[in-house]
Amino acid sequence: MEIQEIHARLAREFPDAVEAPPEVTSGETFLKVTAASIQDVCRFLKTESDLEFDSLMSLSGVDYPPEELVVVYHLCSTLRRHRVVLKVFVPREDPKLPTVSSVWPTANWHEREAYDLFGIRFLGHPGLRRILLPHDWEGHPLRKDYVFPTEYRGIKCHD
Amino acid sequence: MPILENKFEENVVFSTVDEMINWCRLSSIWPMTFGLACCAIEMMAVGAGQYDMDRFGAGAFRATPRQSDLMIVAGTVTYKMAIRIKRLYEQMPDPKYVMALGVCASAGGPYYEHGYHVLKGVDKIVPVDIYVPGCPPRPEALFDGLLKLQEKIRHQKVLRRPDDEEIAALQAQTEQYDQETRKLHPVPKEYRG
Amino acid sequence: MTRKREFKSQEIYVNMGPQHPSTHGVLRLMLRTDGEIVSDVAPMIGYLHRCAEKYGESGTYQMMIPYTDRMDYLAGMNCNWAYCLAAEKLGNVVVPERAEYIRIVMGELNRIASHLIAFGTYGLDLGAFTPFFYALDEREKILDLFEMVCGARLTYSYFRIGGVSQDLPEGWEQRCNQFIDDFRLRMKEFNDLLSHNYIFIKRTADVGVISPAMAIDYGCTGPVLRGSGVRWDLRIDEAYSLYDRFRFQIPIGRGEKGAIGDSWDRYMVRIREMEQSCDIIKQALRGLPDTGEYRAKVPKVFKPPKGEVYVRSESSKGELGFYLISDGTDRPYRVKARSPSLSNLCVLPAISEGMMIADLVATLGSLDIVMGEIDR
Repeated sequence: MEIQEIHARLAREFPDAVEAPPEVTSGETFLKVTAASIQDVCRFLKTESDLEFDSLMSLSGVDYPPEELVVVYHLCSTLRRHRVVLKVFVPREDPKLPTVSSVWPTANWHEREAYDLFGIRFLGHPGLRRILLPHDWEGHPLRKDYVFPTEYRGIKCHD
Repeated sequence: MPILENKFEENVVFSTVDEMINWCRLSSIWPMTFGLACCAIEMMAVGAGQYDMDRFGAGAFRATPRQSDLMIVAGTVTYKMAIRIKRLYEQMPDPKYVMALGVCASAGGPYYEHGYHVLKGVDKIVPVDIYVPGCPPRPEALFDGLLKLQEKIRHQKVLRRPDDEEIAALQAQTEQYDQETRKLHPVPKEYRG
Repeated sequence: MTRKREFKSQEIYVNMGPQHPSTHGVLRLMLRTDGEIVSDVAPMIGYLHRCAEKYGESGTYQMMIPYTDRMDYLAGMNCNWAYCLAAEKLGNVVVPERAEYIRIVMGELNRIASHLIAFGTYGLDLGAFTPFFYALDEREKILDLFEMVCGARLTYSYFRIGGVSQDLPEGWEQRCNQFIDDFRLRMKEFNDLLSHNYIFIKRTADVGVISPAMAIDYGCTGPVLRGSGVRWDLRIDEAYSLYDRFRFQIPIGRGEKGAIGDSWDRYMVRIREMEQSCDIIKQALRGLPDTGEYRAKVPKVFKPPKGEVYVRSESSKGELGFYLISDGTDRPYRVKARSPSLSNLCVLPAISEGMMIADLVATLGSLDIVMGEIDR
């Protein structure tokens, strides 16, 4: 199924939640979904019989200072052989959106990683804590304005 | 000792106690099974048939620090891991040696500039005896490092009373490590993750 | 007279790792155990977080290639390949045919090398020492072949955007052919040593069963997914590069020794994949064009147009995807690596409840994880 058809299906079900895919000159296009409805949209995409997006390939955060953080969902259907990209834009000051780990269990660790590296909070996540960095680390390193630490637990970071 | 020469059968060797102890030590260095990253794969290759580290008496990889003499820090040390490495080092019995295998363990290597989570050299937390450069070092380089370490052990003084200056230096070193250890406080019990 | 005594058991927490011989690197497992029975497993990762994604943003497109080597250091070629595929798609680069053939040969050789390590260390985990020597002996021969083409044993950086860094040296094809012929004979010894070994089957059959639905839900890919009986291989299902020209089978777990999706199935999928890789290499060496470019003309300052791609390829561990965003400059705006080992590992807590600790080791070994790729 092409992305326009998927968008048409979603627009019928969630009239205000999904925007039409923007025209891109190169690369892949995407569907912009509002933060509040991402969980319902994902559940719909997974369970509907002609969509069946059973696999979440990847969940990434992207930082666009100064306003926005983006969570990108790459979905794929192993049965129907089609894929779609969803994007959720959240404000940089208070980034939060519902979790999709109840839809795809694999999202659990991916969301923890996005929280760890970008500071995006996933509401309803079963255990949102740092996954890669130590628990007492300060800051979220993949944000563009991240300042490197000078010291960690008494160890100097640079000479 | 000319007076004793030719008085005994063959296979009796005269030597100093120092030399004998050093010879024993250097001929059976037991490394710890402790791989961090890419270099650990080369360490595995060294343990396997083609390179065979057993030739130098260093093939008995021990799984626990309490039975090992040599810690081969094979790979990139991150801050999260640094605390554990420090603890592993402290669990090893004396005499203990540390080999920094690869540029990451020696100085941060390719992760020096933007590696916010990479320790820039394991010598920031434990004393290192041998640095082996390379990314990753070839097995031959590891052997070279091992032979250099053996050479270092061969010339150690074992039975000697240290003078006052040395005792003071040792005490200062111990205190420094104690202080650093206190800084590297353990992870709170309630935290798991 | 029997005296009744009440036994009270207590659950305790046990740390397994980060320094543990059978956790395949610096993985830490927090176990809640009641005696030998594991009631809960919490994997803790990040002990090898080397900031690869930050490096992706800080350098040019070409400068990321060496860091991809160090992600999955057992299959550096496959990682190089996945990244180059993404960059090429972003910049609309067409790779010459000869380069594609060389890439396929290298990728499959590296898949064999990676599976050999999985085979050897799996034996080690279960207490069989000999297979390790057999596996590493064969692996050294593959490393010799790699050394001939790029001079490195482990971190190759042989792939470039648009092709490979240099052409094959003279006589390489013959040596590679020779190696494949020898290797096929050795495969029988591997099977005799470990695959059909009675103790090995007892230790792995019916242990750590992952059902197909669970495997897909948890995002498992590669031999873990195929071990559960799902026929899904990106080399065929999303035929990238020139894989559509090749004829080969996708081995899947069939539950020969126990339930479908147990540790033995996952192990056996890897063994059978090595045989298939031999077939692919043979075909590729036959089809390799004698002349032609080994690299497309790509400008030194590689500036792909604005846009984003997510490209995935079948690495030895599973689906390795790269998500690249370009803002039109010579540096990527964002590089995200979707590593197969991360998703393969996150199924572990779900399947390990009620297991013995020794079975947990068997299950973990059959997942074949690489920490460099999980933590990046």
